Formats: sequence, C-alpha cells, structure tokens
Amino acid sequence: MAALVEDTAKNAHVGRKNKKKPVKRYWEKTEELKNSEQNTADGSTSTENTADRSTENTGDRSTENTGSVKRRKGGQIPYGKEDPFPGEAPIPQEQLQKYQRGSKHNVPKGAQRKLKEAIAWSEKVSELAQKQAARYDLLLPEDAGFLEGDEDEDTCRISQEDIADAVDITSGSKYFNLNLSQFGPYRLDYSRTGRHLLLSGKRGHVACIEWQSKNLTCEINVMETVNDIKWLHTEAMFAVAQKKWLYIYDSEGIELHCVKKFNDVLKMEFLPYHFILATASATGFLQYLDVSVGKEIAAICTKSGRLDVMSQNPYNAVIHLGHSNGTVSLWSPNQKEPLVKMLCHRGAVRSLTVDKTGTYMVTSGLDRKLKVYDIRAFKPLHSYFLPAGASCLSLSQKGLLSAATGDVVQVYQNVWGASPVSKPYMAHRVRGQVWGLAYCPFEDVLGVGHGEGFTSMIVPGAGEPNFDALDTNPYRSAKQRQEWEVKALLEKVQPELIGLDPGQLGKVDQASFEQRHKERVDILGYDPLAKEKFKPRSKKKGRSSAGAVEKRKRKVAYEDQRDVIRQNVKELMKLQKEKSSERQQLEKSSTLDRFRKQDK
Amino acid sequence: MRIEGVKVTSEMAVSDEKEFAMDNEVISASEDEEFSDDERKHNKLLQAISSLGGKRRKNQNERSEASLQVSEFFVSAEGAGDKVGLSDLLGTVEKTTGATKTKKQLRNLQNRKETLELPLNKEQAEKIQRSVAYEKTTKEVTDWQSIIVQNQKAEQMVFPLNQEPSGPKRVEQVVAGWKAETPLEQEVFRLLHMNRQPVHDPVLTPVEEASLKAMSLEEATIRRAELQKARALHSYYEAKAKREKKIKSKKYHRILKKAKRKEFVKQFEERMETDPTGALEELKKMGMSRMTERMSLKHQNSGKWAKSKAIMAKYDDSARKAMQEQLQINKDLTQKIVTISDDEHETPEESETVPDFVNDVEPITDHLNPWMRSRLPQEEPEISCVTPDKPQTSEEEEEERDEEEELLADFQRKRALRQIEDDDLIPTAAEKQKVTCEVSREEVVGEVTVEISDSDENESEEEEEEDVSHFNTLFKLMSSEKTHEGPAPTPDQQEDEEQLDEGQIRVRNMEDLEVLEEVSDPRPGKVAAQSMPQPTASDPLAKKSKREINLSDVLTKEAKTIKVALTPTVVDDEEHEEQISIIKEAFAGDDVISDFLIDKRKQEEAGRPKVVDLTLPGWGEWGGMGVKTSLRKRKRFRKKMAPAPSRQDQKLPDVIISEKRNSSIATHQVSHLPFPFQNPTQFESCIRTPIGQTWNTQTAVKKMTMPKVVTTVGAIIEPLVKEDYIKHKSTKPTGKGPAILLNDRRGAKDGKPSDKNKGRDSHKRRRNKP
Repeated sequence: MAALVEDTAKNAHVGRKNKKKPVKRYWEKTEELKNSEQNTADGSTSTENTADRSTENTGDRSTENTGSVKRRKGGQIPYGKEDPFPGEAPIPQEQLQKYQRGSKHNVPKGAQRKLKEAIAWSEKVSELAQKQAARYDLLLPEDAGFLEGDEDEDTCRISQEDIADAVDITSGSKYFNLNLSQFGPYRLDYSRTGRHLLLSGKRGHVACIEWQSKNLTCEINVMETVNDIKWLHTEAMFAVAQKKWLYIYDSEGIELHCVKKFNDVLKMEFLPYHFILATASATGFLQYLDVSVGKEIAAICTKSGRLDVMSQNPYNAVIHLGHSNGTVSLWSPNQKEPLVKMLCHRGAVRSLTVDKTGTYMVTSGLDRKLKVYDIRAFKPLHSYFLPAGASCLSLSQKGLLSAATGDVVQVYQNVWGASPVSKPYMAHRVRGQVWGLAYCPFEDVLGVGHGEGFTSMIVPGAGEPNFDALDTNPYRSAKQRQEWEVKALLEKVQPELIGLDPGQLGKVDQASFEQRHKERVDILGYDPLAKEKFKPRSKKKGRSSAGAVEKRKRKVAYEDQRDVIRQNVKELMKLQKEKSSERQQLEKSSTLDRFRKQDK
Repeated sequence: MRIEGVKVTSEMAVSDEKEFAMDNEVISASEDEEFSDDERKHNKLLQAISSLGGKRRKNQNERSEASLQVSEFFVSAEGAGDKVGLSDLLGTVEKTTGATKTKKQLRNLQNRKETLELPLNKEQAEKIQRSVAYEKTTKEVTDWQSIIVQNQKAEQMVFPLNQEPSGPKRVEQVVAGWKAETPLEQEVFRLLHMNRQPVHDPVLTPVEEASLKAMSLEEATIRRAELQKARALHSYYEAKAKREKKIKSKKYHRILKKAKRKEFVKQFEERMETDPTGALEELKKMGMSRMTERMSLKHQNSGKWAKSKAIMAKYDDSARKAMQEQLQINKDLTQKIVTISDDEHETPEESETVPDFVNDVEPITDHLNPWMRSRLPQEEPEISCVTPDKPQTSEEEEEERDEEEELLADFQRKRALRQIEDDDLIPTAAEKQKVTCEVSREEVVGEVTVEISDSDENESEEEEEEDVSHFNTLFKLMSSEKTHEGPAPTPDQQEDEEQLDEGQIRVRNMEDLEVLEEVSDPRPGKVAAQSMPQPTASDPLAKKSKREINLSDVLTKEAKTIKVALTPTVVDDEEHEEQISIIKEAFAGDDVISDFLIDKRKQEEAGRPKVVDLTLPGWGEWGGMGVKTSLRKRKRFRKKMAPAPSRQDQKLPDVIISEKRNSSIATHQVSHLPFPFQNPTQFESCIRTPIGQTWNTQTAVKKMTMPKVVTTVGAIIEPLVKEDYIKHKSTKPTGKGPAILLNDRRGAKDGKPSDKNKGRDSHKRRRNKP
C-alpha cells in the first residue's frame, strides 16, 4: 500500500544518504503548507462562526441563546478560561470544493412560499451533505508516494532491482518476472480490487493468479488463439475472447458459456457499474453484453473495419474506439452512430486510454505521436513525439501514464500538466515485445505482458492510496464480497443512461411536444393521438352497397376541416356585414343631416 | 314628531283643517253608533252565510275609518286626510303650567322634520347579520393562521405535539420522593432554590423556562422588527447629527440657537404653570448666574476690548452698539428675579437635563412575559442591599440582557445625550434673560435693529458658553444632591449620568468618526474602475459566412519529442524528418485528413434542413419527359426550412459531434416541471444532490430522508388547543409603532412609576413564593 511506498522512497534516500547534504523533505514542506492552509482555513471559518453566532442571536429566541452561551462559558470551562476553539471544527476550503455538487441556486425574488421553501431546503441539505462528506475526508489519511532521485540523477535511470532492494520485503516482492516463453505474447487484466490477475497468452494459455501471494487459482490452455481476456464483476468469472467466439469461464477454469453471438472479438472492456461487457470485433461490430441477465443489449456496426483499439471512459462508461484512419470514435449502446468522432492521428491509432476522471484521453498512433486530449472540450492539450511510437498505453489511478515502445516500458508523470513532459519518470526494459499493459488498482504496481511472459514492476505513486471499502475493497472477505455483489446488482445502472453527460438524468427533458410525440410514435408503432378513421356501419337492405357507403363516407369526410372553414366563413361574413353597414351609414348620411333635430 | 294619517283622495279636506276636523268629530260621534250597529249586524249575517257555504273563507281584515258619510260605494275618510299634528294631541299641555322640560322636549320634537326609517326587511337584515358573523369568524380563524403556516413550514412534525421535552430533567421532576436529607444537601438546595438557580447543570432556570414559554414566534418577529427599526433610527440619527455638526455657517447656528432659545423660553413658561418646582430650579440657576455676574467684571466694559471699543464708540455706531449690548447684558443678568412662591409641590421632579426616555411608558404591559419588555437601563434600578436576594436577581437580569437590549439602550442614551447637548446650548438664565431683553428692546426701539459684529458675537458667545457650562455643572451637582435625598429616582439619574459619560466617550471618539467617514466615503475603487479604459471590443471577429476547413487547420498541435531513456532495440534511431517522409510514403494512398473532412461535411449536410420542392410537373405548363419546370414555378413552390441551430463541433475542425438526441434516457427523465418550480434550473438544482447512502454520510442521509410527520405508536393525537397556541392580544406588543416612544414625555410620566412599582412588586411576590 501507499504507506509502504512512502517507505520505499524514504529507504531509497537512506541508502544514498552519505553522498549528499540533507535536503528538505517533501513531507516537511507539505506539512508547512498544510499548516498554513489550516491557519487560513481557521481564519475564514472562525469568522464564519462568529457570523453564524451573531445571526443566531438576532434570531427568534435570542435571550435563550445568549443565556445558554453564557452559562456554557461560566459552567463547563473551568477557571474562567475561554474555549480557544469555539464552535465546530473548520473544514478546509479545498475539501469542501472537492465534494461540491453543482452550484448554489439562489431563491428568486418574487417566488412563492412553497418554491422558496423547496429551494431553501434543498440548499440546506446539500450543504450539509457537502460539509459532512468533507468532514469525513479525514478518514482517508493515506498519501501517494513518489520516487525522488538525487540532484543529478534521473529517476528513470533507477532500475527496478534497485528499488526492490531498497524497499521492504513485501513491497520488494511486488517486482517479479514470470517466464512464459512458450505461449507467446501475453495480455493481462487485474481485477477491480487489485488482488487477482488474469494472464492470457496468444497461443491459448490462460492463467488466473492471486498475484500478491503468487497463488495460482487456475491455469488452462483453451487450445485456440486468445485475443483478449477480462474479469467480469467479481473474481469468480472472466471472459475470454478466443479465435471464434466469446467464452466465459469461472475461476476454476470451467467453461460457463460460449456466447456465439459474439464472434471474432479482438478487444473487450467491462463496465463495472452497468454489468456490461463491451466487445470489439474484427468484423467491425461493437457489441454490448449485459452479464447480469446474459442479454445482448446492442450490436453496432461501426463500419470502420477491424477494431483492435478500445478503451472505456470510467467517468461515463462511453467506449472509445481507435480506427485505422486515425480517428477515435466514442460510442454508447443507445446510438447507432458515434457520439463523437475525432481525428487524432495521421496514421492509424495504435492504442488509447482514458483517465479515471474522464477528463483526459491519451492516444498513440502509427505516426509515432502520443497525444493528450481534453475530452470535455475535444481539444488536444499536448502532443509528444516518441521515437518508436507507443504500442500500448495505460493510465494509473493517480494519473501516471505508461507507454510501451517495443520492449521498453516508460512511465510518464504529469502528462497533462501545464508544461509538457520532456523525459519519462521511469523506464524498464522487458525481455520481449510488450503486448499488454495494466496498472494494478490500489497498488503501486504496473503489470506488463510481453512475448516472454509477464513482468510486474514497481511504480511508486501509481495507485490510489485510499480505497472505498464499500465499492472495491482489496481486503474483503468472501462474505463481504457476496454482500457487495448483491448491493452492486441492486444498484446496477441501466444501459440507457450511458451517454456523454452522466448527469443527464438529473436534467429536465426539454424536448418539444412534437419531438416527444414522434418518439412515442416510433416506440409504439402507431400514433395514439391520431383520430380514428370513420368506418361506416354496415346496414342491411342494400344500403351498405359500395356507393352508399362511399356516400356516407363523403358526408363525414373532412369534418374537422369543414368546421374550421365554417368558422372562418362566419367570421368573414360578420366582418363584411360590419363593413357594409358602416358604408351604408356613410351613404345615408347626407349633408343636410346636420340640420336635423338633435334628439340624442 | 308628526303622525301621518291615512291618505285620502278627496282634496277638499286640505283646506280649513282645524274647523272642519272639529265639526266632524262632533257630528260623527253621534251618528257613528247607529251605523256601526247596523254594520255589525250586517257582518254577522254575512259571516253566517259564508259559514253555511262549507268552504272556509279567509277572513279579510277590514279597516274602517271614522267618517262623516258612509257610502256604499267607497270608503271615504274625510278629515282623516289631514295630518294629525302633535299640537292637536298635546294642545292642552301648552296651557298647563309646570313641566317645562317636557314642554321643551315636545317643542323640539315638533320642529324635527325627519321621519323614522322603516325597519329593514328580513332578507336584508339577515344578510347584514351574516356578513358581520362572517367577519367575526374570519377573525377568529385567522388567529390560527400563523400556527398553521408554522406547522406547514416545519421540517418535521412529531405527534402528539405537546410532548415532554427531552433532555435532562431536574431531580425533583424525575424522582418524586426524593428529599434533601443531609444538612449539606439541604444547605445547597436551599441556596439554589433561593437564588432560583437550576439545580441540575444543563436545566434551564425557571425564569428561563418561563421566558421560553412566553415568547412565541410571532412575538419574537415583532420584537425583531422593532429592534431593526430602532437600529435604523439610530443610524439615521447619527448621520443627521454628524451632518449638522459639520455645518459651518454662522448664520445657521445663530438661527438654530435663536430657535432653541425661544423653545426654552416657551418651555420655561410652561413649566411655570405645570411644574413650579422645576421652574424654581431654573430661577435658582438664574440667581446663581446673577451672582456670578455681579462678582465678575464681565460685561462691565472694563476689558481691553471694551476700552478699544470705547475709543471707537465716538465715531463708530456699531462699536457703540456693542458696548451698549454688553452693558445691557450685565444689567439683565444682575437684575433681580421675582421668585414665585410655590411651596405646595415639594416632590422631587426630573429637571430639564434628565432625558425624556426615563419617563417613557413601557409599551408592553404583559406580566406573564417580562422578557418582551425592552430592557432599558432605568428599568433595573440597582438598589443595593435592600434584601439579600435582590442583588442576585439584578445580576441575573443583567446577564439576560443581551446585545439587542444594549443596542436599544445605547440608542436611547445617545438620543438623550444629544438632547442634553442641545439643551446645553441654551438653558442658562443669562441667555434667557438676554433673549427677553432683546425682545423687549426690539419692542422699544422698533426700527433700530440689533446688529452685532461677528467677532463681537463670537467672543460673547464663548463667554456665554463658559457660563453655561459652569452653570450646568453646578446644576448637576445640585440635582444629584437632591436626588440622593429623594427615594425612588436616585439610581435612575445616577445611572443616567454614567451613561451620559459613556455616551460622550462613544460619540466623541475619533475612531468612531473615522468609521463614519469611511462609511460616507464614496468608493474610490469603483471610480477607478470606471475611469479605467475599457477593453475595446473591436477584436477582429472572424466572420465567415461559409466555413471551409483548411487542411492545415487540422492536427496542428506541435509535437514535442521525448528523449527516451532506454532506446528500444527493435526500432532504430532515425531522423525526425526522415520518419515523416517515410510515414507519408506509407500512407500515400489514404489521405486521412481529407477523408475525415469529407465525412464531416457529409454529416453537416445531413443535419441541414432540406429545401422542400412542392412543384407539380405539368401544372400550368407542358409536361412530359425532358420538360423542365419553369424557374418561376420552382421559385414559388420551393420551401426553405428554418436553418438548424449551429452545430456543437462548429469550431472544432477535427471533431464530429453527433447531433442526434439520445431519446433512450428520455423515458427516465422528468419531462414536466413539478409543481412549485418555475423553471428547469430551479428543479435541477434541487435534485443535484443524491440522497442515497452510497454518496452520503449516514447523518446526511437521515436528514435528507427525514419523514415530514412522525407519530408515536399508541399515543392519542389531540387536536390543537386554542389556549396553548393563540396568545391573547394583550400579550402582543402593538405591532404598529415602535415600543420605545421617543418624544412622548408627558404621557410617559404618569404611567411609568406606578407600572414599574407593580413590576417590582410582582417580582418580589414571586420570589417569596418558593
């Protein structure tokens, strides 16, 4: 865990300490910073508190309030000392901001009472929620570590062996190699909790390992080409994209399903909150499989050839596909055409990855470029040129980017910072061509699948130090896992909600009536508001002859139109009448009228 | 009152009323009997006949008139057409002696012209009754309004409503049979009870509890409004005082002074009538001033200035006048004043300088709710050590007095201070006399206007002021002495003086002034901002009617080469340019960018609304193969649709954003705005915070999902009782005016002391009870 990694960093220093003068430690600085922050926060909040109190005093039961305050002062704190920290503990502004949801809405001026109350209540409650959440932030005490070199030392020169030697044994054991030269380049996938690792060799080798204890849970050879492998929602099941179909195995290696609707799958992504397995096939189909009910949700023909570059956006569960014409397209199961299509490279896209917050996307192409995009604005932030181009990309939870160029894995720090990166944070050479890259969640570990097997390397500061035990608990027991599974299934997000904006559900549908009606007609297959066609009753004695029926139909035909016309005509007549009467009056009145007796 | 008789058609009866009537009476009296007898018989007969018929006939009420002639054709009522006057009926009364009063009344009655109005008919009367009843009931019902609204607004209602308050209770409340047994316990509890202190730590004192019960929300709001008003007035007053203080115009001050002098004279005269002792005081003061004047050489024209003036006096008219003025002042001051001997009223009364607010009536006279009284300092006289429990209570009260009270008090104090200042400018006898003398001289001299040169007046003014201040201090001393002797108002005045001092410090503080100045200062920042040249909005806007994407626009981001630490073994190091050329060669066939642009254009085309062609071939012209429709027709029947809104990707050349609406989510979305909300943003802001446990802490979830109504199982929920919720009108302070009456001095005087005493008495009584 992170604490260990901090240790590693420290230890690394300790090892080289005799060479250099004492440097200001990072924690000292941070502590100072923290202190200053605390102070400022204190200041602001204390003023807030006083303000609060004053407002309270002007409130209803002022006498009571002050009375109680005074008594408190007199009674509870002995020797007449004043409480040096009155009121609630202050919350730093940063933390508050972290948990802010949307902006505050002020009560409109001329609003009705009920509206005012509703808004005031919601504001109050959301403020409370925000404050509480910020307060509970102190339950996340861990900090991410990092690697720091000496003055004239590049961190990328530090070898994995050195790091493994310097850190404690448990952390050191996280650097290891698996020599699997037989079944060709390996792909890998870590489970969401980071405890389990899946390895799949191109030539059919599938292994499932509890990697920290190096405990092999299952190992099979499917006797077929394996294109990709992915954990499903728990460690009990995983999906394997084999030469022809998609298979699902359990952790014992028993084949559970062979999904024949999904053929020629090259890449897979699992959307954990939707329980959806998204697959991209060689035929150009993007398919969605709901693993909770085993139903195919959508099959979209992307019409852009072989799909072997795929990634998911963890923020909004949109699938990103990279194409051979240099474009990246964004897909949701609800739309047959891409939500967004953006031209990223002059050559084909080789790999892409999206960061945890859904803000940044990193792509690499055949034009040997590495590009960082802001996918909220769909604008490129940085473009780097890698001499060999990156074949595999992966982003860690803390935003470290790893890129594989040939047999070298490079890790970059701060790729989307203000200043562009000039050199890698770490680098490591593996024995074969890199085929798969993945960071282990909640660990400072990067797994590399390559031609000669698997390498697990230590990357300080990669993993999120604090985990949400109710969501992904690395230390959960079987019982907890079961409970989590039930809860997760109950809270499953419907695939209809996938879209670019995950907050769309909280917005009012402002489509016009016509549009809504049209959609309804599309769904129902008929127009529920359409007028029924007149069907003449069948009559006897020859009165239902074709001619008679036609006549009857003619009678009611265009009835509504006729009504309108009648109305119009009536109005017209009225107008004309008025006009004519006016004219008549004008005509009637002669010049001699003025000599008439005025009787009115 | 005139009694109107029956109206009869014959007109002849109008003339010669009296004689005729008399005649009629005489004749009819004899004849009437015969006729009536016959008639009776006749009637009887008729009735008998009608009763024979079996059918019942309704008895018609006939009305018979006494008349001269009885015709069988019509009823004539000759003589009855004349109105019977009151005089006819009471003619004899005039002749009788005595009963003059009744006679007078009768005469008055006779002269009155109006007639009594008819009583309203039943419907109308009922309508009025109903409306009155309605008003009454609405009044009754509206009393409930506040509590209903309060309950509606409440976040949570817990039924039954009057539950025992949770929290710690007193020992006696919890344990019934508990007794303080050990002597120590007894001692402790006796002490506590005596001082009305809470026995248990967090429990409220009985007084506090009472206060909690006494104050309803409504009252509190009213009180708050009052306080706000007081605050506002305070600020106005301060501003005004400051403004006035700043005025440098001598003329203004002169006029002001004159006005004040006049006022003072007037008051003095009034006082002479109403409050002779006060006047006596004044006179004494004058006497003092006379004494000092006699002692001093002021106004004797013996000073340097006077001597210089004396030289000038021969030639300069104004100098002479000034000298005369001085002498006149001296004369006036040294003049003996005839004292008014009033020994009846010896009760000590407040004198001039005591601020009027001392005597203000307490606006709220609610004995149940002493906390609603504005707690001005004079209400809590610090009578020292009369009884052992008194000081403590006063302390307690002192504690309870909160900021608002202080503010109010402060305001009052300042006001009072201001008044005193105002008074300070005038009140001495010297000036008063001067005024009177001036007036008298004006009367005497007539045209000769009294004009004093500026410097002259200044000097004299200064001198006068000195005098005045001296007098004031003397007077204060005297009054304090006097009040020491007097029983009740002593502490009041003492305190007043203390407060005065305080007030003076507060007002005269330089800091205060600075603060005020700061407030009044116009904001320099704003001005600066305005004066700053605004950024010209003439940025060259790229106006492109038709946007063509350049190939060079796309993928423009400069690539930065990264030095790779470990060079990959597979790929050789090559030159950058070389690489590009190689890539270009490799992808010579497919121009990625242009393909993309074409794609984008297509999308845009598809999104654009199409022109609808409604031309019918062959109408109005020749039809058939190869015949073109005419231009005119095409123009006429082509309909252009409204242009589509601009695309999201308009400014992003290398991005295509789909404009299709995601209708799948629409089924889950809210499509109609729910009730209280007026626009979508309001509603969206209200649902922006999730309420689930996944996103919130436990307490927040509980708060968010709190039920509106909570009932305890098995408890009977009684309807609201009126007495518990609706206070009597008397308890409320009058909402209209402020509770503090600022200028009403006289009215206050009567009510105040008695009321205060009552309050104190009640306190005492209550204290003695437990």
